[in-house]
Amino acid sequence: MKDAFGAPQSLLVLGGTSEIGLATARRLIARRTRTVWLAGRPSPALTAAADSLRALGADVRTVPFDALDTASHEERLGKIFTEGDIDMVLLAFGVLGDQARDESDPVAAVRVAQTNYTGAVSAGLVCAGALQAQGHGSLVVLSSVAGERARRADFIYGSSKAGLDAFAQGLGDALHGTGVHVMVVRPGFVRSRMTAGLAEAPLATTPEAVAAAIELGLRRRSETVWVPGALRMVMAAVRHVPRPLFRRLPV
Amino acid sequence: MAVETHVLDDDCEALSGWGRTAPALARVRRPRGHAEAVEAVLGCGPRGAVARGLGRAYGDAAQNAGGTVLDMTGLDRILALDTTAGLVVCEAGVSLHRLMEALLPLGWFVPVTPGTRYVTVGGAIAADIHGRNHHGSGSFGRHVTALELLTADGGIRTVLPGTPLFDATTGGLGLTGVILSAALRLLPVETSLMRVETERVPDLDTLMARLTADDHAHRYSAARIDLLARGAATGRSVLTRGDHAPYDALPRHHRARRAPLAFRPVRLPAPPPHVPGGLLGRASVGLFNELWYRTAPRAATGRLQSLPAFFHPLDGVPHWNRIHGREGFLQYRFVVPYGQEETLRRIVRRIADRGCPSFPAVLKRFGAADPGWLSFPLPGWTLALDLPTGLPGLGRFLDALDEEVAGAGGRVHLAEDSRVRPETLAAMYPRLDEFRALRATLDPRSVLTSDLARRLRL
Ligand SMILES: Cc1cc2nc3c(=O)[nH]c(=O)nc-3n(C[C@H](O)[C@H](O)[C@H](O)COP(=O)(O)OP(=O)(O)OC[C@H]3O[C@@H](n4cnc5c(N)ncnc54)[C@H](O)[C@@H]3O)c2cc1C
Ligand SMILES: NC(=O)c1ccc[n+]([C@@H]2O[C@H](COP(=O)([O-])OP(=O)(O)OC[C@H]3O[C@@H](n4cnc5c(N)ncnc54)[C@H](OP(=O)(O)O)[C@@H]3O)[C@@H](O)[C@H]2O)c1
Repeated sequence: MKDAFGAPQSLLVLGGTSEIGLATARRLIARRTRTVWLAGRPSPALTAAADSLRALGADVRTVPFDALDTASHEERLGKIFTEGDIDMVLLAFGVLGDQARDESDPVAAVRVAQTNYTGAVSAGLVCAGALQAQGHGSLVVLSSVAGERARRADFIYGSSKAGLDAFAQGLGDALHGTGVHVMVVRPGFVRSRMTAGLAEAPLATTPEAVAAAIELGLRRRSETVWVPGALRMVMAAVRHVPRPLFRRLPV
Repeated sequence: MAVETHVLDDDCEALSGWGRTAPALARVRRPRGHAEAVEAVLGCGPRGAVARGLGRAYGDAAQNAGGTVLDMTGLDRILALDTTAGLVVCEAGVSLHRLMEALLPLGWFVPVTPGTRYVTVGGAIAADIHGRNHHGSGSFGRHVTALELLTADGGIRTVLPGTPLFDATTGGLGLTGVILSAALRLLPVETSLMRVETERVPDLDTLMARLTADDHAHRYSAARIDLLARGAATGRSVLTRGDHAPYDALPRHHRARRAPLAFRPVRLPAPPPHVPGGLLGRASVGLFNELWYRTAPRAATGRLQSLPAFFHPLDGVPHWNRIHGREGFLQYRFVVPYGQEETLRRIVRRIADRGCPSFPAVLKRFGAADPGWLSFPLPGWTLALDLPTGLPGLGRFLDALDEEVAGAGGRVHLAEDSRVRPETLAAMYPRLDEFRALRATLDPRSVLTSDLARRLRL
């Protein structure tokens, strides 16, 4: 159960090797989290991630989970909930893709869309149903500022996040008043494996900062969280920049 | 599993405690009689059931996510009254407010009242509540002469003091069963007025000395400490003691001479439902505390006060729990044994140094420990303060205070708790294992459960 500060005792991370996901798990373990499920594609990295959290004192288990294999979600994820309440689900999987290449490789582009959007719709619905049955819990969805307004430079990824963001908002409204809380997190540029080697965008932040914002959002039961917070205003302005001008902006 | 677009059915409700934190959805049943209560427990489904009174517990004691909650306020009849012996038998959903309305005119008062009279008899037993008379009268459970308990198997038992089930139930937070009715021993009073002594005390040490010296001379005693005052003023407080005023103590032409047992509480309008958070910052609360201390009489004796003004000043404002905004608040109520005054001083200093915007906190001396296995009181000093959960770093800070409290052999009050770590709890409640063992035999499938029970693995 969550405490008065919204700190969960049990956590399920979808995308168990995600740097943001693991930073969040570490932060919550320091508060109240004792049980962590890391769901992800089996790999040495997944095992290492589990070990790193065990070293902090948590009881950690891994489950095979592939966002693209939507047919397996109901069974794989459903089983986790039969073993005990999950106070918080963090939907952290996602791929950035390679915009330049993906534009000429539709199959690769579709994989980005299927991972970030279709996979999340499927896993999100399965988890939402299970949370609703237990009558409490938070579903925290890692969206992105890239979904707020699609840019020339990454519109394949951006459009998948736009879809995810809209889905998560709607789901949050559907679950309003059910005791289940859906929180959409929109980070800007986060220095992680996903963005390694890319030129940093302004207001770049860290996985730890995203984790801190998530902890705060849980306490406040926020519906939307921007990281850093200043992006809320920046993006409010960016949203209204006229297209001809936006096209030429170096963002 | 499909996502429903709205709550499962009309009976489902998101419930939270008085602190308005950690809401959870439950199917709420409102039994009107024993049969309906039995049916609700037997048919509660895999996530179990728990009773709820008026929801005055601050945290998650009276909620049950995904399961059933029995709203007991429909069982609200006073069943029998013996005005010569001072005994009342009533259903568990009767509030202390209702008891006062019914019994005061007959010259009887409830044996123990907490800081609000809007609690039910069931809730008062399940939390084994204490009042400002604990040093002399003990907890609520001590005045219960029998109770009827609906257990997980659907059976109804009469439970008598001195039995393990009784001691597990008083303070047992609804986890041994649903209390259906209880017989209480009452306190005779001649008037509905209190004779009150108030004095300002400059610091914590003087306060402790004053309380130790002559607490026993009064039925009710507690002090309020300004936890925002620092330096030499750390622990400055107002000490209030009172006794039920005998008829002869009323001045010759006092109104109350004609209607000495009248009970007419005043109620003000409630704050609006959506108050923005953070209104009560350090500055505003500090100003309030300053005025409160300055306007308290330096020393006054024999002042007459109505019962509601003396015991339940906050009850005058319905829904006052809204003032902390949407993020909610919590109550930190702990006790440390006598001999651990240094711990108390340190905690008071730590809270003062941190500058938590807390309205004056309540300090009281407890009497002997009560028999309930999970009852809160033990012989020592108890301090209670309300804090908004939005204070930065509050969670960690309170965890550190828990360590001090547990290390000194003290504990926090479970009915007010919404945040303690399960690991710390075992150190605070040495009889926890007995409680768990009794539950395991009485209710092997854990039919009776609550969010608090899940959080603390009771
Ligand atoms: C302003 C304020 C001041 C307070 N002051 C004090 C104080 O001075 N001393 C003190 O000890 N406490 C104090 N409390 C706490 C309060 O007295 C307890 O939380 C009490 O249990 C609330 O009663 P309720 O009827 O609202 O019960 P709820 O809050 O609804 O439930 C509390 C617990 O009792 C159980 N319960 C309720 N009814 C039944 C039943 N029929 N059968 C079995 N279990 C049941 C619930 O399952 C739950 O575990 C205060 C609370 C407030 C808001
Ligand atoms: N980094 C940023 O700048 C940034 C900004 C805004 C939003 N975000 C979002 O935040 C989330 C986490 O990002 P991050 O920075 O932590 O990146 P990361 O470390 O690269 O994590 C991405 C995670 O997604 C998993 N994943 C990818 N495809 C998967 C699939 N088909 N099935 C299951 N898991 C899959 C990866 O698992 P494998 O180990 O199996 O590959 C990895 O755990 C992502 O949704 C990302 O879009 C990131």
